[in-house]
Amino acid sequence: MTLTRILGAAALTLGLALPALAQDKTKVGFIYVGPVGDGGWTYEHDQGRLAVEEHFGDQVETVFRESVPEGADAERAITQMALQGADLIFTTSFGFMDATMAVAQKFPDVKFEHATGFKTADNVSVYSARFYEGRAIQGHIAGKMTESNIIGYIASFPIPEVIRGINAAYIHARKVNPEVEFKVIWAYTWFDPPKEADAATALIDQGADVILQHTDSTAPQAAAEKAGDVITFGQASDMAEYKPTPRVSSIIDNWAPYYIARTQAVIDGTWESTETWDGIAPGMVEIGEITDAVPADVREEALAMIEAIAAGEYHPFTGPLNKQDGTPWLADGEVADDATLLGMDFFVEGLTAEIPN
Amino acid sequence: MDLSAINPTLLLASLIVASTPILLAAIGELVVERAGVLNLGVEGMMITGAICGFAIAVNTGSPFVGFVAAALGGAVLALLFGFLTQFALANQVASGLALTLFGLGLSALLGQGYQGIKPPPTRALDIPVLSDLPIVGPILFSHDLMVYLALALVAAVWAMLKYTRLGLILRAVGENHDAAHALGYKVVRVRLLAILFGGACAGLGGAYLSLVRVPQWTEGMTAGYGWIALALVVFASWKAGRVLLGAWLFGGISVLQLNLQPTGIPIPAEYLSMSPYLITILVLVIMSGDKSRAPGSLGRMFHASE
Repeated sequence: MTLTRILGAAALTLGLALPALAQDKTKVGFIYVGPVGDGGWTYEHDQGRLAVEEHFGDQVETVFRESVPEGADAERAITQMALQGADLIFTTSFGFMDATMAVAQKFPDVKFEHATGFKTADNVSVYSARFYEGRAIQGHIAGKMTESNIIGYIASFPIPEVIRGINAAYIHARKVNPEVEFKVIWAYTWFDPPKEADAATALIDQGADVILQHTDSTAPQAAAEKAGDVITFGQASDMAEYKPTPRVSSIIDNWAPYYIARTQAVIDGTWESTETWDGIAPGMVEIGEITDAVPADVREEALAMIEAIAAGEYHPFTGPLNKQDGTPWLADGEVADDATLLGMDFFVEGLTAEIPN
Repeated sequence: MDLSAINPTLLLASLIVASTPILLAAIGELVVERAGVLNLGVEGMMITGAICGFAIAVNTGSPFVGFVAAALGGAVLALLFGFLTQFALANQVASGLALTLFGLGLSALLGQGYQGIKPPPTRALDIPVLSDLPIVGPILFSHDLMVYLALALVAAVWAMLKYTRLGLILRAVGENHDAAHALGYKVVRVRLLAILFGGACAGLGGAYLSLVRVPQWTEGMTAGYGWIALALVVFASWKAGRVLLGAWLFGGISVLQLNLQPTGIPIPAEYLSMSPYLITILVLVIMSGDKSRAPGSLGRMFHASE
């Protein structure tokens, strides 16, 4: 009797333990567009990866490929990662969208997560952050602090994500400073420090005393510091090295909670294709410290706006707003819907720059 | 469209700054290729120079020492390539590509802890009288020493190749290494020296990025400029003067297009963005319509026994 029980218990234990032994670690892969040391976008994604490692310990193994060019080469890199046995792959740049979809079709058992895109499949989720909420805060501070009334904006590619940021910043800068003018440079790159620095210098030479950037490196911060009397905002990462000036605040992307939750879902077998778009309230977008270089009253207003956005009381795209060509977009008090925002391909009224096709 | 926002003096001054890193890397590679060696590792040597120069400049507080270290760093990496291709007789294309990958990795490793640090400023020369001249002063006479050194290097390489015995030997080795060997010239030694020179120049170009043009250290910050320098040498038909022209065209149009964009000029931004590549290649290809061609022994392996 006792022997049977022991044997039974042993068998049960083995039965429970064996699948766990057979099933090796969950492998989570990351594809980055820049180097992990870019100090901005890719750096923050890699912080998310490290958080996954720390949270799960031995349960999970992570792998990453950095500086993967957008385009044909991306497909090869993602395929390779899937072949290496990754169970979950995060592709962290807009330009990886079609490559992710193509590889996902070939590997139906692997889960894919594409950042900032809009195409999904049974095994492809998309996720992004509402960076425009942070851009609204930046626009407010920029509009208040500019003396030349010229704000320079280093844009990367003419995609909805970037256009949304320019609109959000402009709307809030103009609200506090009707004289304000935005000068936009399209760099056509996410990461090219010398070019980003040159773009910042070109804008400063043309009178800009605030530089907003939507590229990934800290080069524009260095260029602004070199020029002096120019303020900037950290992009994607805190870029705290440039505090208190030129960097007066920042948008920080906090991917860690999302990456941990999605990895957990794969481990539990509950992963489903989802579309996530989180902002300040859930903590995916954080606003970095507003330094003393910002006047106290402006800082108070900025903090109040953060509160209002987090509480859901204020939406940065609230009417009345017209499109650049003067056609009405949002009526008084009307709030933009997510579909329009996700596909945004127009500037708002007042912006003089043009969107390349 | 409001072109008055562009200050032509500032624009021309930044043109010269923007072209210096590619110019340095390209003039070094030109010497290497004229000696018959194809070193595709320019990007790797550049970024190694960028971090060596940056780290040493930060630690010593002297940008000058930083530049010396950058040249050494680039040369040491080039020596590795020289050893592989000249003594171990490894394939030059493969070794060069490996050198680029190695340089990118090595620089990321060396650069740990140097992110977000401000390097000591490289001061512009203040030449009495000349720097104070209106217009010409800011454009030509208010740069840092490296700008003038780069220009002097181009002139020196041009004169060396054209007028000196050393240049003749270098060209002989590059055109036909068997003949040069038969004449008693030390092919391997000449090539090794050329490779070292090329590495040092690429290192200086990289350090110019990290110490002057950006100025900061970021992983992967050369972002393909080494490849542009390589392409420039080919499109410039292996001629020093054309390398200078190409670098100015590329650097100049890069800066010009960035300056033109915010003025609302009626040229779409995507065309402006590709214009530096298009125009530089176009001009140099048209110029190379003469009978200039690649050095005869370029990329070929040499062993005295054959």
